[in-house]
Amino acid sequence: MASPETPVVLAARGLTRLYPGVRALDGVDLTLRAGEIHALLGENGAGKSTLINLLTGAQPRNGGTIAVDGVEIDPDGPGGAVQAGIAAVYQEITLLPNLSVAQNLYLGREPTRWGLVHRARMNREGAALLRRFGLTIDASRPLSDFSTAVQQLIAIARAVDLSAKVLILDEPTASLDTAEVQTLFTLLRTLRDQGLAIVFVTHFLDQVYALTDRITVLRNGRLVGERLTAELPRLELVAMMLGKAPTAESHLGRRPAKTAANGTPLVRAQGLGRRRLVGAFDAELHAGAVLGAAGLLGSGRTETALLLFGAEAADQGQLVVDGKAVTLRSPRDAIRLGFGFCPEDRKLDGIVAGLSIRENIVLALQAKRGWWRRLSTAQQHELADRYIKLLDIRTPDAEKPIQLLSGGNQQKALLARWLATDPRLLILDEPTRGIDVGAHAEIVRLLEDLRDRGMALYVISSEIEEVAAYSDRVLVMRDRAPAGLLEGDAITPAAIVNAIAADHHTRGAA
Amino acid sequence: MNAVIQRLKAARPQLALLALALLVNVFVAPGFLDLRMQDGRLFGGLVDILNRGAPVMLLAVGMASVIATRGIDLSVGVIMAISGAVAAAGVNAGLAWPLATLAALATGLVCGLWNGLLVAVFRLQPIVATLILMVAGRGVAQLITEGRILTFTEPHLIAVAGGTLAALPLPVVLALLAAGLTGLLVRATALGLFVEAVGTNPRSSRLAGVHTGLVLGAVYVWSGLMAALAGLVATADIKGADANNAGLWLELDAILAVVIGGTSLYGGRFSIGRSVLGALVLQAMRTAILRAGLPPELNLVLMALVVAAVLTQQSPAFQPLATRLMARLKNKEARA
Amino acid sequence: MMGRFVNTRTLPLLATVVVFVLIYAACAVQYPTMLGLRVMGNLLTDNAFLGILAVGMTVVVVAGGIDLSVGAVMGLTTVALARLIEGAGVPPALAFALVLGGGGLFGAGIGAAVHYLKAPAFIVTLTAMFLARGCALLISTDSIPIHNAAYDTLAGAALSLPGGGRLTLVAVIMLLTFLAGGILLHGTRFGARVFALGGNAHFAQLMGIDTGRTTILVHAFCSLMAALAGIVFSLYTRSGYALTGTGVELDAIAAVVIGGTLLTGGVGGVAGSFIGVLIQGLILTWITFDGTLSSWWTKIAIGALLFVFIAVQRLILTVSARYGRSGTGPAAPSPSTRPRPSPGATAPSAP
Repeated sequence: MASPETPVVLAARGLTRLYPGVRALDGVDLTLRAGEIHALLGENGAGKSTLINLLTGAQPRNGGTIAVDGVEIDPDGPGGAVQAGIAAVYQEITLLPNLSVAQNLYLGREPTRWGLVHRARMNREGAALLRRFGLTIDASRPLSDFSTAVQQLIAIARAVDLSAKVLILDEPTASLDTAEVQTLFTLLRTLRDQGLAIVFVTHFLDQVYALTDRITVLRNGRLVGERLTAELPRLELVAMMLGKAPTAESHLGRRPAKTAANGTPLVRAQGLGRRRLVGAFDAELHAGAVLGAAGLLGSGRTETALLLFGAEAADQGQLVVDGKAVTLRSPRDAIRLGFGFCPEDRKLDGIVAGLSIRENIVLALQAKRGWWRRLSTAQQHELADRYIKLLDIRTPDAEKPIQLLSGGNQQKALLARWLATDPRLLILDEPTRGIDVGAHAEIVRLLEDLRDRGMALYVISSEIEEVAAYSDRVLVMRDRAPAGLLEGDAITPAAIVNAIAADHHTRGAA
Repeated sequence: MNAVIQRLKAARPQLALLALALLVNVFVAPGFLDLRMQDGRLFGGLVDILNRGAPVMLLAVGMASVIATRGIDLSVGVIMAISGAVAAAGVNAGLAWPLATLAALATGLVCGLWNGLLVAVFRLQPIVATLILMVAGRGVAQLITEGRILTFTEPHLIAVAGGTLAALPLPVVLALLAAGLTGLLVRATALGLFVEAVGTNPRSSRLAGVHTGLVLGAVYVWSGLMAALAGLVATADIKGADANNAGLWLELDAILAVVIGGTSLYGGRFSIGRSVLGALVLQAMRTAILRAGLPPELNLVLMALVVAAVLTQQSPAFQPLATRLMARLKNKEARA
Repeated sequence: MMGRFVNTRTLPLLATVVVFVLIYAACAVQYPTMLGLRVMGNLLTDNAFLGILAVGMTVVVVAGGIDLSVGAVMGLTTVALARLIEGAGVPPALAFALVLGGGGLFGAGIGAAVHYLKAPAFIVTLTAMFLARGCALLISTDSIPIHNAAYDTLAGAALSLPGGGRLTLVAVIMLLTFLAGGILLHGTRFGARVFALGGNAHFAQLMGIDTGRTTILVHAFCSLMAALAGIVFSLYTRSGYALTGTGVELDAIAAVVIGGTLLTGGVGGVAGSFIGVLIQGLILTWITFDGTLSSWWTKIAIGALLFVFIAVQRLILTVSARYGRSGTGPAAPSPSTRPRPSPGATAPSAP
């Protein structure tokens, strides 16, 4: 284990990255020492990806310095970072499956003889290189022949072979099974003992404690703190990530559980699940009640919404709506039943950038009516203007392209899209992510208002305190499976954090 | 009225291009703008451009919505050849002309359906999916005509190109009707919105409940139908079905017409009217070159240059540059 | 699992070879004379220009692009050659060098446009096709005969094969082109970059490949091959004609696809394209031998083959993505699960 005395390999100070209107990274420091595994933790939008991109030079920085071995560097472009000794391996393996293993290892620096690639030598050296990483495979075979785990090791071998000072691993274990994780850990420990500084990004807290020496936590683009792993209790870590002191038993604005949540549910999921996506979960959604869903990134929380909305087909369990079993083959089936869904990634799955605010608002209702029953332009304007006013969407008029709106106003427009269809159930995935504080509170108020008017809501959020405040029940997800259901007075921020943080041994306690 | 003005405003670049091309025509052929009535039919340079441009106008009407879904239909030229062959073979086999015409249109529908299936259901890239028909289609057309130019004398079929309605050549009427009908179909229903939504963001559209597969399939079917209509006009024009040359390379003209009409090859907003204007620009260019006595081949080079200019203007690399230039111009204006 | 048995690299090529052997066997059973070296020699000679085009097209398609301008470049080359040799009295060797250089430059321009304008390759090459065809027609709309002693010698040069067959110079040029293309694509660093670019341009860039330079070189090579095909074609006809090679780009693409190269890029090779060219030639020969079938069946047959091969490729990709341990992407990719923002993406991910 690295002691504080080991030399600092990489020192990043005050790293800042601005996007229009947002500070994605705001004066973050990161210190890496030789021979340590350093966990970089934080929720979606905390700034982990941005930090990695600045270190590898994939994005230019707006402020701050990066020094390797005391020499200031400017990783302008991925090549520059590699020169300086920084290499990254991503969850999505950025190797080329159509090339052979050896070609991947030596792309752009193949050994040649008489001007031609010396294949035999390349394969030989590739195999030898991989043996040092505990892999005995035929390097001449195509990369796609190998499992994700092996590809991951190959990517690491390439990265270390290219530049051997700092190795950044972004969610390397996300698609590995237990045995594969162990193999990877063994390798990483060996590399650490050879003096490499390793950055390890993950959402598996068990792995953080099993492997890492030090932890840096980010939240909302800012540094929360740097701690030694051994000295940071799990509960405190989760609290740092979620920005919530675990001891505070705040019942902020909590209303008493209504009877509505106890009658016949509008929608009931029984053992709903899909192989390789999310394990079987139960959920009951009542009119006039909120089912909250909590869990860390990658816990399977988003996937529950995809199944409930028919965006992914379930291959096990049953969905009962109005007492009748239904099968959702596509979102259209769900919409016909009166469901609506505001996805987590507004840009990719939500807004149709390029179309106007009006068109974005009427899209779902129009799709529900069918193409031949077009809403007249007057109706569209009326609808758009009504919701712009109702939800206080800040725009000069409804004809502006929707991508010009701020995040919060885009989210309101998406809400408007679904409210226009007069839904019975509204599914919201991270409705307040990336939204400034004012709009944040407005959206929460809106949700509470919708609930009070009898709508069933399923709200996935990493804002624990809010979830605790407005939910009638809270489904806690962990490792792509349900990890507990909190009801009534049991719903406290601390209880939710506890349920999320519980490791395998204490799972029952949640 | 307001809507019409708005639409004309949006079409300013296309109208300017068309005006420019027409101006060249006037310049090289004085009397170009003269219109005269003879035997109940209008004659003149403008009518001529409309008439000769009719097939590409029809193709562009179908192609516009395809390109708006971020697709492409390379097979329209071939569909023209097949449907022309079907019509000619039909009347020659003694089929009544309405039946032969219907058979030709149905052929176009089937071809479009085939493309639509490959794109929407089998998820092939549009360029690959329509390439298959482009390769095999001429063989099919030749199979029908048995490799000859199938001439026919059926007066009604010939009238598709030679006839007159409301003082205008029938192809012009057909093209304008098709454009009007298509415009109505996409704008009076929600199809236009769906096409633009699917072309811009298919994931969001699907999550909002749009039947993306149906929309994708429909645009190829419509494109096939329009191509069949264009094929009828082309066949009637030469009173025969020429499987080898009918519609040869016209898919390119159609794509260019749509691109000149301001629709991005990356999908999204489209306009039937502006695409028709694009087709007319191409035809006016062609006519101008002919009337000037220049080699008609120059037209190919000119078309290439026009497209290169449009591509450059559409390219993401050029956008920031253009924005900066515009800003600088505006600044200057403000100062002046 | 699937990756063991169904290798996305080998299966399409294997299928091509099987199809070729089947067609050849069917031919041989029906017309035993087709087995002879004479027919084989003719097959190589008659399809030499297509083969050369296919080599260039293979490289472009492996790189993830497409080139619709090759037929037009070929036509332009024949006209330019005729004009240079007949009109300007340039010696053939110099004329060859000039058109080859011009072809390469033309292709470099295409590649630069594809890379810097970020425009789809098909529309750029479509434009290039208009440009080349237009220029060719502007030089001359008529066929220009080439009267040159050296030309006649080159056109007639051939090795005798046993059984009365002839291996002509153009056939040898084609075979050498395939050899050179094979070495370039499978034996050099440049070839590895081409595969990398076609596999995933973004990843290739992350791995340090200069994608712009590679794109330009790939298109330059393809147009160079088109110019070479033009030279070969002018040797058959001893003339230059602007409309030479109309639609031949489709035949070249068909040969490449039938040869097992994926139109999505990153997988393939020139050996398959060679067999793809032979299959097309064989079908044509068969139809000629038959006498009752008409030539248009060739197009229909090639279209059908094209469809079958594209369908098979699509199926392989779907199956390997769904059941493969890794396939060509992460396990169980589904269109609606949220992909992580790709590393190095410069667009702001939900801040």
